Amino acid sequence: MPAERELAEKAREIRKYIITMNCYAGSGHPGGALSAVELITYLFHREMNFSVDNFKDPGRDRFILSKGHACMALYAVLAQKGFFDIKEFKRLRHIDAMLQGHPDRLKTPGVEFNSGSLGQGFSFALGCALGGRLAGYDFRVYVLLGDGELNEGQIWEGMMFGSHHRLDNLVAVVDYNKLQSDDLCENVTSLEPLVDKFKAFGWYVMEIDGHDFGDIASAFGRARMIKGRPSIVVAHTVKGKGISFMEGNPRWHGSLAPRGEDRVRALRECGGEELEL
Amino acid sequence: MRTMRDAFGEALVELAQERTDFVVLDADVAGGTGTASFRDAFPERFIQCGIAEQNMISVAAGLSTAGIIPIVTCYAVFASMRAVEQARNSIAYPRFNVKVVASHLGIDVGPDGPTHQAIEDIAIYRAIPNFKIVSPADPYELKKALPVVLDTEGPVYMRTGRSPVPEIFDENVRFVLGEGGILAEGTDATIIAVGVMVHRALKAAERLYKEGISCRVVNMSTLKPIDKEIIVDSALKTGAIVTAEDHNIMGGLGSAVAEVVVENCPVAMKMVGINDRFAESGEPEALAIKYGLHDKAIEEAVKIVLRQKKRGKGKIASLG
Repeated sequence: MPAERELAEKAREIRKYIITMNCYAGSGHPGGALSAVELITYLFHREMNFSVDNFKDPGRDRFILSKGHACMALYAVLAQKGFFDIKEFKRLRHIDAMLQGHPDRLKTPGVEFNSGSLGQGFSFALGCALGGRLAGYDFRVYVLLGDGELNEGQIWEGMMFGSHHRLDNLVAVVDYNKLQSDDLCENVTSLEPLVDKFKAFGWYVMEIDGHDFGDIASAFGRARMIKGRPSIVVAHTVKGKGISFMEGNPRWHGSLAPRGEDRVRALRECGGEELEL
Repeated sequence: MRTMRDAFGEALVELAQERTDFVVLDADVAGGTGTASFRDAFPERFIQCGIAEQNMISVAAGLSTAGIIPIVTCYAVFASMRAVEQARNSIAYPRFNVKVVASHLGIDVGPDGPTHQAIEDIAIYRAIPNFKIVSPADPYELKKALPVVLDTEGPVYMRTGRSPVPEIFDENVRFVLGEGGILAEGTDATIIAVGVMVHRALKAAERLYKEGISCRVVNMSTLKPIDKEIIVDSALKTGAIVTAEDHNIMGGLGSAVAEVVVENCPVAMKMVGINDRFAESGEPEALAIKYGLHDKAIEEAVKIVLRQKKRGKGKIASLG
């Protein structure tokens, strides 16, 4: 399918950008950025009405990266969408730069919210969705959550708020890569049964392979049909996806960048060695 | 005597008839914060968030992106502590146009006791970049301040109050964000007060006048950005300053005034406030006497700074 090949190519390029900017920065959170690549690729290149041209329009669709530490994936896709030049990748996390260690809406074009303090982007997204309804806009809101982020009490305050206010213009996605900062989610604070929890909170729940564009497309399509309650997609993913030695290894949560031989290998695996900034 | 929270509710209802650009968020305390009258009059503009202040503050930031001005209301303890990190990272840092309005300030809260008596909110909000802080002294000033707060782009923290307060002004009162107001002129010392302490300051000044001591009284209804001009002018003209606030003496109005005084015009200063301790349940007036916030405490403080002023000729303040 040509459309899917095109998306796969975009995703491949995003991984290349992530590793490259991670190496320039010398720190960052590669694992959770790599697991979200297909989800972010699909949202920005297929799903959302969001572009350089309509970014100032209050009626635009909104994407909020509640797991703000995965911002390298967001910066990569925003560069693809033409919000800034890929040369900015070199200055990530450096003084006087456009690209901050966590997203900053006032510094980086295309960024909606200063996320990074976990739980807050989710509530912010709920506010966007309610605001859209109150102000008479028909935009949709997409918010990407980390699995570790679900430990935050604010998330569950928001879960109650979202269903109580019947925010059917909002879709939350959990990048369920099973690993958080220190260890497996199951060892830190068990999340399961996760789908049942979301159902009990009154959300429409879907479970997908978060690296499969067919699954992703069908989930966002189904979410558009749901009325009277918000949707949540539990997307099973692999942390560090695409870089062999990072996959499923909690060490690559962050904040760090590959060095020495790891760096050479990572750049080779993602095709970053040929990238000129 | 009316309460500031009731005055806030009334001001909201009145303003909502003229303008449609704001909504009110509540955390199941509409009776306590005074917003119940607004809820009943404008249910479609009232957003119930439940007892979940952290979510409420971040939701407000999101609402503002649709061109609506969210007025977040709850008790100051929760606005300034339970959900302060949300106020910092969801509102202040991204600089969203959200107004946080808190009731239940200091020992003015009374019988509910220390869990609900916020004695830290000024210190906390003052330390967050991008927030402006407004704290009117009576219902008339509050009514004038509210539309100004709404028209001030960016994050604002406004303080109301819980218990009945005497009226100081009338409908002709002027409110300019960033300006303190001189309520009485005097030459021996200046009393700079905020909120419920303003009427006590006036009372103290009146009694001192009968004893031959003339005090300027300043209502500092904007705490940030603080009116440097009026502080420097007061220091230069009267040579002694007493601050008065229903708040911990650490980090509040006294500290804000002292920051200006020490850098520009060092004079004898004394701070009337809660002396770094938790209070207790009781009627606000009785608590004010026990915890040193009564007009007598202000009077006492003025006499101390006057002694210091004499000893140090207005330059060096020794221990009083």
